[in-house]
Amino acid sequence: MSKYAGFAFALAAGVGLAVGAGGSAKAETPKKGGVLNFIVAAESPSYDGHKESTFAMVHPTRPFYSLLIRVNPENPSSPTDFQCDLCVGGVPKPTDGGKTYTFKIKKGVKFHDGQTMTSQDLLATYNKIIFPPAGVSSARKAFFKMVDTIEAPDDETLVFKLKFATGAFIPALATPFNYTYSAKDLKEHGYDWHEKNVNGTGAFKFKEAVAGSHVEAVKFDGFHMDGKPYLDGYKALISRKMAIRVQAIRGDRAAIEFRGFPPKQRDDLVKSLGKDITVQESDWNCVLLFTPNHGRPIMQDPRVRQALTLAVDRWGGSQHLSRIAIVKTVGGIAFPNHPLAANKAELVRLKGYGTDLKASREEAKKLLAEAGKAGIKFELLNRGTDQPYKIVGTWLIGQWRQIGAEVTQRVEPSKSFYNSLRKTKDFDVSMDFNCQSVINPIVDVSKYIGSAGNNYGNYAGQDQELEDIYNQLVQEGDEAKQREIMRVMEKRALSDQAHEGITLWWYKITPHRSYVKGWKIAPSHYLNQSLDQVWLDK
Amino acid sequence: MMVTVSEVQTEADFEEVAPKKPWTQVAMDLSRKQPLGVFGLAIVLAMVVAAALANVVSPFNPLQEHFDAMLVPPGTDSYLLGTDEFGRDILSRLIYGSRTALLVGFVCAIVGSTAGLVLGVASAYFGGLFDLILQRVLDVFMAFPLIILALAVVATLGPGIENVMIAIILPFVPQCARVVRSNALAIREIPYVDAARALGFSNARIILRHMVPNVMAPYLIMLTTFLGQAILLEASLSFLGLGVQDPIPAWGLMLTNASEFFEGSPWVAIYPGVAISLSVFGFNLFGDAVRDTLDPKLRSR
Amino acid sequence: MGKYIFKRVLLMIPTLIGAAVLVFLLLRMAPGDICAVRYLGSGLAIDESQIELCREQLGLNKPQIVQFFDFIWGYVIFDLGDSMWTGQPVTHEIAIRFELSLQIAIMATLVATVIAIPLGIISAVRQNTMTDYLVRGFAIAGIAIPSFWLGLMIILGLLIVTQSWLGEPWMPPIEFKSIWEDPIHNMAQLIWPAVATGYRYSAVATRMTRSAMLEVLREDYVRTARAKGMVEKIVINRHALKNALLPVVTILALEFAFLMGGLVVTEQVFNLNGLGNLMVDGVERQDFAMTQNLVMLVVIIYVFINLLTDLAYAWLDPRIRYS
Repeated sequence: MSKYAGFAFALAAGVGLAVGAGGSAKAETPKKGGVLNFIVAAESPSYDGHKESTFAMVHPTRPFYSLLIRVNPENPSSPTDFQCDLCVGGVPKPTDGGKTYTFKIKKGVKFHDGQTMTSQDLLATYNKIIFPPAGVSSARKAFFKMVDTIEAPDDETLVFKLKFATGAFIPALATPFNYTYSAKDLKEHGYDWHEKNVNGTGAFKFKEAVAGSHVEAVKFDGFHMDGKPYLDGYKALISRKMAIRVQAIRGDRAAIEFRGFPPKQRDDLVKSLGKDITVQESDWNCVLLFTPNHGRPIMQDPRVRQALTLAVDRWGGSQHLSRIAIVKTVGGIAFPNHPLAANKAELVRLKGYGTDLKASREEAKKLLAEAGKAGIKFELLNRGTDQPYKIVGTWLIGQWRQIGAEVTQRVEPSKSFYNSLRKTKDFDVSMDFNCQSVINPIVDVSKYIGSAGNNYGNYAGQDQELEDIYNQLVQEGDEAKQREIMRVMEKRALSDQAHEGITLWWYKITPHRSYVKGWKIAPSHYLNQSLDQVWLDK
Repeated sequence: MMVTVSEVQTEADFEEVAPKKPWTQVAMDLSRKQPLGVFGLAIVLAMVVAAALANVVSPFNPLQEHFDAMLVPPGTDSYLLGTDEFGRDILSRLIYGSRTALLVGFVCAIVGSTAGLVLGVASAYFGGLFDLILQRVLDVFMAFPLIILALAVVATLGPGIENVMIAIILPFVPQCARVVRSNALAIREIPYVDAARALGFSNARIILRHMVPNVMAPYLIMLTTFLGQAILLEASLSFLGLGVQDPIPAWGLMLTNASEFFEGSPWVAIYPGVAISLSVFGFNLFGDAVRDTLDPKLRSR
Repeated sequence: MGKYIFKRVLLMIPTLIGAAVLVFLLLRMAPGDICAVRYLGSGLAIDESQIELCREQLGLNKPQIVQFFDFIWGYVIFDLGDSMWTGQPVTHEIAIRFELSLQIAIMATLVATVIAIPLGIISAVRQNTMTDYLVRGFAIAGIAIPSFWLGLMIILGLLIVTQSWLGEPWMPPIEFKSIWEDPIHNMAQLIWPAVATGYRYSAVATRMTRSAMLEVLREDYVRTARAKGMVEKIVINRHALKNALLPVVTILALEFAFLMGGLVVTEQVFNLNGLGNLMVDGVERQDFAMTQNLVMLVVIIYVFINLLTDLAYAWLDPRIRYS
């Protein structure tokens, strides 16, 4: 078999297995033992899940802890398949008109230091997350706005009472950051103790960490799931440069990098390692946008914003960019695989999604001319990260050149990028993104309304109609109706007003050593990282 | 980093030197006795020609993407050196990139060394408190490794070509000022400066007519040394994500983008790497020759 | 001599204070906010009040002048504070990485010395011959090649060569182990950056050796020795080299100081958890506490080594002391 035939075969086999039915791993009996080395592309400031919001915290520390409920590790691509982690009897159905959730808590679960876990620990944990005392940081407090009270009537019961019924509660509970801490630890050591110390009920125990280098963990023998974990331990190695991360997999210094590699790196790895590499791919719950700054006079005219979105060749870009960047899927405001997302027939009706590129660009030029902005010049603010920001940014500039726009790029490192975006608002158009963990479109699309905290378009108060549509969406209980409202919102935000321009949705590609088994790719790099089901076929 | 040393070295060499040769003759010496230098000069001239005629000699528009020919190897169709990840012609980007390299190199070297010349001469000529304070300020700047000072400055100003040039110029100034000052101090002691003063010539006239021409040698040496360093520093800052930004064609940027793709498509990294190395090599050979010619201590007997 | 030392040490004080002011100002002028980096970098929806809380806890809402005196006072009471990113003491963060940086600096200096001194001598002795041109070409190439490019090529070369020879691609380890703990692992990781850095560094030292040798070879006593008919080798070893080495050693010492903190690019390429990387992280995260102290550490090392070389010169050459 020639080198290239082998490459093609391995790629097809790898992708096919992973993207298809979920792999043949089910048929195999897991082997015990071994240490998994994996790469993390950044370093987290602390180990406190309630406080941080980076994957660099999730990947090394998620296996130390348990959640109340989690995404099903056997079916992580489903946005609705949740299972019990610390509860028993399945994820409960709400009572009291959707306002009360009663969880039965698993008995005999041990913390790494030997304490027994009860509903009191979960109560303390969720009180910290949802109702933190003044001066205590809780990054995702806002996810739980609907929660009224939490009670633990006995050691095996936990009851959440909501202010109003909503489908957003269960996905919020499954968010991987809700690490379960011990009530005793919180009481004795204080609320900051978990930043630097670890005591959880997860499958692995903290062993050692060297700042800037690695975090090492060993198997927890008292883990609450029988026979698990399979691994003896793992080591999370920090590596900042993409080239090193790829080479580390190639040279087998590490077996996997969970966040994902660009397509070119996947191809290179498959080419050099053949069947020793397995590739898993998935749509990713992150979308790359460009946000025109409505505060700038040149961007105030909706025709100009429409022209910018009309110039973008999304369908072609999907083909081309998916060979060099971690983006692929053409989509609207909702995660492409979700029932609430637009299908292709619905998408092509939006400006800039049409299949006749020439016509779109003609229309764009005409709109610019009508607005008196032919040959418009502006600056694109971008984030100093190669994948996918800089690559897609450079591509966008090329797209806009096709309608006669002359665009320069100002790339800033993350710290000043956010400063320009939020504080100084010093940009014409900026790259922007919306990246969430558990797929929850109704919450995630709040990004597009001007009043949202993470909306940087500076059109708060300028589009009440859009705000009203969103409020309607949040209060709608019926999925078919939700879907309709979602389409109206999408058309308003992306097409009629063109407040934001969606480029492409991210695409997660995780090539890993084939001996890593039992890990399934999820649509988010935050999800399915408990590692208890992972084993090594060596 | 490393690059700082050559200055320390030059400084040490020139501490007590007062060159006396007129520099027209120096240019003659250069071409006759320095084969390496002439080779270096040839590289530099080739760059200048490429930059000047970029729009004529480039086979493609350096900004034009060809999505049907992404990352094709050298020699495919009319892409002599292959294409990058956007299907942009690498040869054309290299040719246009020489403009950026020359711009960064010459602007940084000329501005840096000229500012150093002014400060160095002024410091030596006026002496006293002005000299004392200026020297302490220069001490402060000289206490930072070059790359770290540049990193801090560009972090403050933000990336982009103008800011990168400022960040590169800033550490150059004190280095050149130091060397010029020590040379100028020697000249200041020479009787004709006193004579000129006694004759009532203005400070400006004395400085321009007598001091400046006599420190041209160290000035030119520093200037040529800075040329290559500036190009390298720009590449290093680009690698840290702080340099020139796409879609401007620039070698450091090309090399940086290539670090994502070089495993499967080595040409994207090799050619810009060679371009940078060759140009810096050329500038350094040329600089060495200038230095050997101008430095009376090293001038062969 | 005592008076000279006193004067030189006294001169260090304004330099260090000036450097502290410069670092402080540069960092505070940079746009951005460590709390925004920490909470917004991931793109997850975050409560805005968390960012304010974070700023409050890190003391970033205090007046700048208060922050500056806190920073200076830290040096007086030997407490450099905590990293704003990890919350660990700055001294602890530096201590973790110091060994690696020191070892690379030493190894690179050794590589450089071994290459530079013989090459520099040959080049000087055979001035303007083909050998001289080759050595100078080699040396200048060392300065001209971007170090990160060389680094990437070394690792890629290793992977390709080992895959074709051994069947399995091999790359250097990516996490540091102390040489005392696991010397093989340690050397397997550090030899490559040491060679890459040492080559660049040797280029500079080779040129210095060459010019210092040329200068000495022209001195009267060398000419006399030659005129007396001494064997060339002895002339070079006994008379010329000894006197030419002083500037070379100076250059090596000053470079050593830069190596301790200035390997920002090389450390990235080889994934080394050293001081240079800590500095880049600090700058990227806007971690004032970390960056300002780290830069000051590099400055102090540099100023101190500078002082030592000056004193060595003064000791060897009494004229300097009295000028």
